[in-house]
Amino acid sequence: MLDKIGIAKRIAQEVQDGMYINLGIGIPTLVANYIPKNMNVVLQSENGLLGIGPFPTEENIDPDLINAGKQTITMMPGSALFNSAESFAMIRSGKVDLTILGAMEVSEYGDIANWKVPGKMVKGMGGAMDLVASAKNIIVAMQHCSKEGASKLLKKCTLPLTGLRCVKRIVSDLAVLDVLPHGGFRLLQRAPGVTVDEIKNATEGRLIIDGEIPEMVII
Amino acid sequence: MINKGVKNADEAIRDIADNSVLMLGGFGLCGIPENCIAAILRSGVKGLTCISNNAGVDDFGIGLMLKTRQVKKMISSYVGENAEFERQLLSGELEVELIPQGTLAERIRAGGSGIPAFFTPAGVGTEVAEGKETREFEGNMYLMETWLKADFSLVKAWRGDTSGNLIYRGTARNFNPMMASAGRITIAEVEELVPVGELDPNAIHTPGIYVHRIFQGSNYEKRIEQRTVRK
Repeated sequence: MLDKIGIAKRIAQEVQDGMYINLGIGIPTLVANYIPKNMNVVLQSENGLLGIGPFPTEENIDPDLINAGKQTITMMPGSALFNSAESFAMIRSGKVDLTILGAMEVSEYGDIANWKVPGKMVKGMGGAMDLVASAKNIIVAMQHCSKEGASKLLKKCTLPLTGLRCVKRIVSDLAVLDVLPHGGFRLLQRAPGVTVDEIKNATEGRLIIDGEIPEMVII
Repeated sequence: MINKGVKNADEAIRDIADNSVLMLGGFGLCGIPENCIAAILRSGVKGLTCISNNAGVDDFGIGLMLKTRQVKKMISSYVGENAEFERQLLSGELEVELIPQGTLAERIRAGGSGIPAFFTPAGVGTEVAEGKETREFEGNMYLMETWLKADFSLVKAWRGDTSGNLIYRGTARNFNPMMASAGRITIAEVEELVPVGELDPNAIHTPGIYVHRIFQGSNYEKRIEQRTVRK
């Protein structure tokens, strides 16, 4: 089973040289720490920056430089700043190659729910609906089951949707799975120490298992 | 050049009346019009509709205007960081309209561009699409969103000149440029106000035509929400 760091490390393996990437809040933000140093990628922050750098030192904190999670950041050499409309223009027009975000539920058709739980305080969707509606490639970082053990990989989402048929790949604490264009979660890899049966039991939606399922390698 | 300089925030916001629709720039607490917010608190104006990406925190930004019950309605994309906000929302004192962030930005841009409506994929198949026209383009579904305009836009820039040209700094730019263009009256507060001719025309982000009043703000706190440093 993977912890949060493990999920972030496994997702970092999906990153390719030359990509423009938008990382959501939470586990997705951690992915930046595990992208191989020899890869040139540019991280987009939807509040108006291409080229997110590491967190600042105490001395070079700048209140005018934050990421979408409102954390203080730095800029990489060659960064570009822009306004929010332009930020979402590049997202909507498909210029961002990869979007990594968290989810509460994903359906076997790739529907995603991650912004609203009825009866609980609704904080808003932020940029999530724009991102999932437009990104070419969406990878979701999530827990396979709720704390009560209920599957979050479902036939149909029960929570209000963030987007329709948009998730391409899921990295959970138990497995890596692809969402197939005509429906179904195709099991690609098992997390270390997790059996195929455990994944079957934890997946309510249609699970497709083709041949031997390798265990993922996390370094 | 036309001189749009005013003395201070109180003079700049003098004619904001009860029940006005305001746009306030900023993302979180980054790039918010701190001086105008303070002047609104002093003015006691009520029943405001505030269009802003966020609603501040309990003791800073728009949160201060919530505390004094000056806000009737918030139009935002994310409002998580504010206990007083939650209380007023649950008790029905405050109305809230949540809009996807990119749609919010584009609706404001459209308002400042003379474009009444546009189609976007954000929110298709979700409750955001309820009651909205949808249409297919090149095989994909999009929904129609309409422009947003304000009685007053309150924006914050880094540097400006007395004719209203503005330059923003870092990610404090965010919603400010679009809001500047979508206000019937746009009020800009800047950290440094310079005479006409001192800003490089190549570097202007908001041309002065959009700005009606400008002043140099004071005592910027620039509060940080998530102070995060390298380990």
